[in-house]
Amino acid sequence: MSNEQGSGLARYVLGRLAQAAFVLWAAYTLSFLILWSLPGNIIANITGGQATDLTKEQISKIESTWGLDDPLWLRYLNSLGRALHGDFGISFATQQPVSRLVAQSIPPTVAIAGLGFLFALVFGVGIALAATRARWRWLSGLLLALPPLGVAIPSFWLGLLLIQFFSFAIPIFPSTGNDGFVSAVLPAITLAVPTSALIAQLLASGLQQALAQPYADTARAKGASASRVQLRHAFRNAVLPALTVSGLVVGGLLAGSVVTETVFSRNGIGRVTASAVSAQDVPVVQAVVVFASVVFVLVNLIVDLVYPLLDPRIVTVRRRRLPVTPIPEGV
Amino acid sequence: MKTPPPPARRIIRRAAPLIAVGIAVALAVTGCSPSAKSGSAASATADSSKPVSGGTLTFSLDNDPINLNPRIPGSGNDTLYVERQLVDSLVEQDPATGKIIPWLAESWTVNADATAYTFTLRKGVTFSDGTPLTAAVVKQNFDDIAQNATQATNAITQLAGYTGTSVKDDQTFTVSFSKPDGAFLNAASSVALGILAPSTLALPYPQRADGSKVVGSGPFVLERYTPNTSVVLKRRSGYAWAPKDYGNRAAAYVDKVQFTIVPEAGVRTGSLTSGQVDVIGGVLPQDIQSLKSAKLPLVIRSNPGITFGLTPFIGSGPLADQDVRRALLTAVDRKQIQRSALTPEFKVATNVLAANTPGWADQGKQLGYDPAASKKLLDKAGWKVGAGGIREKDGQKLQLTLGWISNFNPNQSIVQIIQQELKAVGVGVTLWSGTVPQLLAQEASGKLDLLYGNLSRADGDVLRTQFSSATTATTNKFDDAELDQLLTAQLGTADQSKRNKIAQQAQERILQLGYDVPIVELTTVLGTQRNVHGVVLGADSRLGLLVDAYVGKK
Repeated sequence: MSNEQGSGLARYVLGRLAQAAFVLWAAYTLSFLILWSLPGNIIANITGGQATDLTKEQISKIESTWGLDDPLWLRYLNSLGRALHGDFGISFATQQPVSRLVAQSIPPTVAIAGLGFLFALVFGVGIALAATRARWRWLSGLLLALPPLGVAIPSFWLGLLLIQFFSFAIPIFPSTGNDGFVSAVLPAITLAVPTSALIAQLLASGLQQALAQPYADTARAKGASASRVQLRHAFRNAVLPALTVSGLVVGGLLAGSVVTETVFSRNGIGRVTASAVSAQDVPVVQAVVVFASVVFVLVNLIVDLVYPLLDPRIVTVRRRRLPVTPIPEGV
Repeated sequence: MKTPPPPARRIIRRAAPLIAVGIAVALAVTGCSPSAKSGSAASATADSSKPVSGGTLTFSLDNDPINLNPRIPGSGNDTLYVERQLVDSLVEQDPATGKIIPWLAESWTVNADATAYTFTLRKGVTFSDGTPLTAAVVKQNFDDIAQNATQATNAITQLAGYTGTSVKDDQTFTVSFSKPDGAFLNAASSVALGILAPSTLALPYPQRADGSKVVGSGPFVLERYTPNTSVVLKRRSGYAWAPKDYGNRAAAYVDKVQFTIVPEAGVRTGSLTSGQVDVIGGVLPQDIQSLKSAKLPLVIRSNPGITFGLTPFIGSGPLADQDVRRALLTAVDRKQIQRSALTPEFKVATNVLAANTPGWADQGKQLGYDPAASKKLLDKAGWKVGAGGIREKDGQKLQLTLGWISNFNPNQSIVQIIQQELKAVGVGVTLWSGTVPQLLAQEASGKLDLLYGNLSRADGDVLRTQFSSATTATTNKFDDAELDQLLTAQLGTADQSKRNKIAQQAQERILQLGYDVPIVELTTVLGTQRNVHGVVLGADSRLGLLVDAYVGKK
């Protein structure tokens, strides 16, 4: 690697990092403004939402304890300062530190999201490869119909169906809880279905396009087998657009956890989000927004940093400000 | 390489056959489950009525308790289900009679104007950490609430006007108030005023939140609380002071109680019918029939307090007119609501208070369905039927905004039926819904004409919380001096028969002036396995002590 290329890479990495920091700050600020300008009785959130007969003095004391009598800009600066130290304040509903609440609920979500991602990858790649390899048109058509169906099935319904089948009718997996691997299987499948659909859809159309390229014909003409053309030549090119939507995939898994964790009675970030939103527990929602943006930013940052490794043209071409033209690989 | 997503229509066309297959499978599965139910029905045969010791009682709850400090609201009823097992109260309210009976206090006297309550504690009571219960500890409990008023929001409202506790000896103490509090005995029976050990009181509130340091004198102790997942309780072997409305006054029969948090009602019902859990809470009206046909016993009790109904905002708008408000009373067909949105287990309202609330009297006659009477009242008030069947007066339409929240699943169907029925007498209704904080903000902004809701408490004093001009529980003010006088007077004595009489007068006035349109009684329904016994609801229609509960042979 030449010096010129090295400094290009450094500038590329620094630029991406600065962008990530900006996105995080913007997410925090926007969500702060939106959440605090929502109509809602904050005192009721703190006192439990029920009709509580407190005196005026008690109410104003609660306001000052929670800093609600400070002007909005001061509250913003204070909370931003604390957030930079990882302190997101106290939850209105649980009256416990928000950071701990969110931190505790990350591992169970990672468990089902990770397993779900694995399933999604296997199903998604499997369907895409099978659909583009299928000898019969009807089979290919049927397989290509699966992704739109996967996206269309409400995960709520799918989850209940899985519970009905595999917990109540044939008790193989538990219907509720966070206990170990078995409890993660059904939720992971529920999460995997829409995600695998996304992967299969992108990969299948990428493969179809790649297989129609002249370099695929060249490879075939040179005597490569159908699977070699598909896996070695076409797959590599088709995988780039799928990698680009990794952020979407992770986002889909996070968003899916809201419904999935509720249906399967699991603790996790989705469940915390659902209850915090319905109770307008502002500090918790704020922390969840920050967590989600950190995840998104990290995933996109990793993808951005992996790109130049997969395809060095991304750095060099950017620097020269030349239009990106796809150069077929593997010819 | 751009891959435009297929147009929606194409997706649907492609997926349609598969969706059809999916639905067929779903139907087949749900069709399967009744046979599974009847299978288990056959296996569970007659059960010995003798209590069985040991084992674990599993119980699915709707909501996570959130916070296990009894002074803090947590998530409401489900939190109280758990906390009730951990902490005892000074007195108990007998669900059968509504009367206050001894618990940690074996006797008490009240002065004439209900400003001083002198209790004598039962001897030999200890907390689960071994410390004895004394009058000084009770004083510490109440002082702790008063000192932490802004945090103890669940408890402080039950202790309004508290001036202090004076301890006479280990067994005797007097609780004093700056103004009469005739409802204090009911308050003293609540979980919110449950008595905690000194070790818990020594901790700041945040450290009490997860329950691990909450020490009470109850029949169970906390073994483990995993947020959003489960709460496991362990029997306390030395327990010997359950109140006498329970058959077993000593240690509980079951070794453990495992509450699991299952937010999806369908999953709770399925867990019960498939035999995977012993008891479920939060049974919805639509699931009652399937549990009954599976011959699973239900534990049912109406919630005392103000029934589900409509409260008008009378400050301005059409509802400032008493005749318009009164017209609403007879415009709603409550039996129709019971038939369409509920089950016969849910009683129609017969007064402002539910029938099992102390201070209730039957006013069912005033709450019949008589649309002709309603129309007559509206005509009299000058509202004439205009275009589209909605009444008008001086060019203004009789269009009301009704706020409601989904804190009870059938609410949506109920308010929709109300909307249709009011339209039939020429009153247009616009429905508005949101989260609790949004609703409260909407209420405060004066954009609502009617509010659909209820308020639970097994004491007529709940009327004061809702209808007194001094309350801060709602921004809706009636400013009715005569009603205020009654609501204050019912606190002026601890003589329950006097209090009941005044509460009845207050309800008469509320109906007479149309301050409330009672609809149906909220009802708590638990479902149990056939071999589960002794699971009861307390006077407040929340889970009672599980001392009598046992899991018999299948």
